[in-house]
Amino acid sequence: MKKPIAGGAGSAAPVEVALPHSGTSQRRALTGLLENERFLAFVLLAPTVLLLGLFIAYPFVMGVWFSLSDISVGNPAHFVGLRNFVKAWNDSIFRTAFWNTSFYTFWATIFKLALGMWLALLLNRHFRGKRIVRASMLLPFIVPTVLSTFAWRWMFDPTFSVLNWTLYKTGFIVAKLPFLSNGDWALWCAIAVNTWRGMPFFAITLLAGLQTINTDLHEAASLDGANGWKRFWHVTWPLLKPVTVVVVVFSIIQTFSDFQLIYVLTGGGPANSTHLLATYAYQIGVATGLLGEGAAISLCMLPVLFIVVWIQLRYLRRLEGA
Amino acid sequence: MVCRELSRRRFVKVTGTAAAVATMGIEGILSARRAPVYAQGGKLHIVRWVDFIPEADVELKRQAPEASKALGAEVTFEFINANDLQPRITAAIQSGSGADIIQMLWNWPHLYANGLVDVSDVAEPIGKAQGGFYDVFEASAKVAGRWLAMPHAVIGNAVAYRRSWFNEIGAKEFPKTWEEYREVGKKLKAKGKPIGQALGHSFGDPPTFVYPFLWDFGGAEVDASGKKVAINSKGTIESVKFLQSFWKDACDEGGLAWDDTNNNRAFHAGEISATLNGASIYIVAKRQKDKIKDDKGEPLYQDIEHAALMPKGPAGQFALYLPFQHSIMKYSKNQKLAKDFLKWLHQDANYGKWFEVNEGYSVGAAKKWEDHPMWAKVDKPLQVFRQAARLTRAFGHPGPASAKATEAYTKYVIVDMYAKAVQGTKAEDAVKWAEGELKKIYEG
Repeated sequence: MKKPIAGGAGSAAPVEVALPHSGTSQRRALTGLLENERFLAFVLLAPTVLLLGLFIAYPFVMGVWFSLSDISVGNPAHFVGLRNFVKAWNDSIFRTAFWNTSFYTFWATIFKLALGMWLALLLNRHFRGKRIVRASMLLPFIVPTVLSTFAWRWMFDPTFSVLNWTLYKTGFIVAKLPFLSNGDWALWCAIAVNTWRGMPFFAITLLAGLQTINTDLHEAASLDGANGWKRFWHVTWPLLKPVTVVVVVFSIIQTFSDFQLIYVLTGGGPANSTHLLATYAYQIGVATGLLGEGAAISLCMLPVLFIVVWIQLRYLRRLEGA
Repeated sequence: MVCRELSRRRFVKVTGTAAAVATMGIEGILSARRAPVYAQGGKLHIVRWVDFIPEADVELKRQAPEASKALGAEVTFEFINANDLQPRITAAIQSGSGADIIQMLWNWPHLYANGLVDVSDVAEPIGKAQGGFYDVFEASAKVAGRWLAMPHAVIGNAVAYRRSWFNEIGAKEFPKTWEEYREVGKKLKAKGKPIGQALGHSFGDPPTFVYPFLWDFGGAEVDASGKKVAINSKGTIESVKFLQSFWKDACDEGGLAWDDTNNNRAFHAGEISATLNGASIYIVAKRQKDKIKDDKGEPLYQDIEHAALMPKGPAGQFALYLPFQHSIMKYSKNQKLAKDFLKWLHQDANYGKWFEVNEGYSVGAAKKWEDHPMWAKVDKPLQVFRQAARLTRAFGHPGPASAKATEAYTKYVIVDMYAKAVQGTKAEDAVKWAEGELKKIYEG
């Protein structure tokens, strides 16, 4: 409600001011509250904290509790300390799975980085149909892992492998190659499929990084007589390092905790020779119902990933500081 | 206020039942000799494997509306890959939600005992009325004297082999001993037609092969008490050594990466000459005779023969067949309805139709089904499955088929002992590895 009141100096016209009514005081209180930075920060962060708490912190805490208990399917949990971790460490299959996970992550990341970089450099050039090629390159990344791995499984099938058939018909082999029926071969096949699937992620991210590099730098280097390799090594690579570190960190996390690919391609066989920590944890925890032991195996991934990520992020910080 | 809509159909059903009970009383129901149509309402969700005989699942789907009508509730079947059943059961029990009835294989009820409903009141009378369940169910579905699963069927297995190919190399009948089988297999492999055997991580074919194979040579995972690991024995080592040479000389070495479907496909494609399997290879070949043909263009099923048991070893000739059951989950809010459904499913008329569709692939859980008229109609190669369920042993033999025995199976310890050996691990080392794993399970 507005009401003229006397005020001001001399013969100045009366000024109309708004008088507070019942709703206004509440609004002012709310405004005051929202102007309080601490409160506003709390309100804005609350949904995220709630979601993170519900979907990340709670399962994580439950996972830790399970790993310290003897819980099995349908049976209550009792605290057993580090028994599950000791049992895992004394388990030869766990050690194999741990070694496989490290081996698989190391080589897959190396291949993805090398091929992804190569692809990104190619795609950074101008050529006809560049957009189509860039879009189609993402296909392996877009197709659901389970579906694409099934396709690969058919290609590596011990009896009906199209690869074996082609190699045999073209005279390159006289006996079937044991793609999935030999432990070593099967692990390399898994690395190949992971590389095929993950390479586009590297390529696209590195391509984005490449496009932020000023072309003047390359031109200046060319004028100074630098050849292609030198331009890459002294101009492109140093500027691309921060992006590369971030991509590698993401890739290591994803590859180290990979599950779907191995589950579909080999199921951890033959004779556990391709089990990764995630697939072995699943077999023990979910298939066999030993939830405590499964959780312990699964949690063993955490310190390794933590150390790798910590080292890489420290390196990244040093790069940014340089 | 919540107001539930009552459809005309539902109204008639409910009032009709009420009127019947009111006018006829319990005497009326009994004289009708059939369960009354109870409008129980609700939904009943049943999870089963995807059957190797597709028509068996079709028959169950066909029966679902009939069951719904009889029980006054919506009955739905869900079919999933058999290898996904155990993860599904674990997730369901831990979350306390999911299907009301889940199919149990082997002796899984021991592993999930605390999550399952006692169905003795359903199983006892049905078993009694049908001539008694096979012994394997006492071991697999009965835990501490209570039936925690309703026996449903047994899948027998036999060695399916190509009669003409065996004849070609001079084997007029199926080899009697493992040694003879190796010699036959050697000749067949030399002709590019090896024996096929899955030795990967899969629910059926690998264990049905390796456990009897172990017993044939006198090996066993535990002693009769079921508490002491006994795998590291002369018999086991002999069996592992034999398989190493058998695998190399006579088998398709790709079997290490096979699951339960590979040998079916390989046999139908003419890639292997023999394999241990259920009746599905024969039945599917016959039902798809226009598609599945031999190298002469004739229907393949005509050339398939079944040897009832694998060859004999130094200690005898044994078998491991796959018992199937249905368990009602403890978290289910429809436990009574679920029990009524199991009773309905096992009524002769309903079960009989499903049984006939199977043509011997899945045989009855009770002995009565050995006398079913279907057996007079099925082909000779399928007759071996008629009494097959009488022969089977269970995991953990000679000890009880306990939860520990299921754990050893689920971890593929025995399968992997052989798989390691055929990949080059020394027989003694493979056995020692298995001993260590089994000790963690049984004695840990």
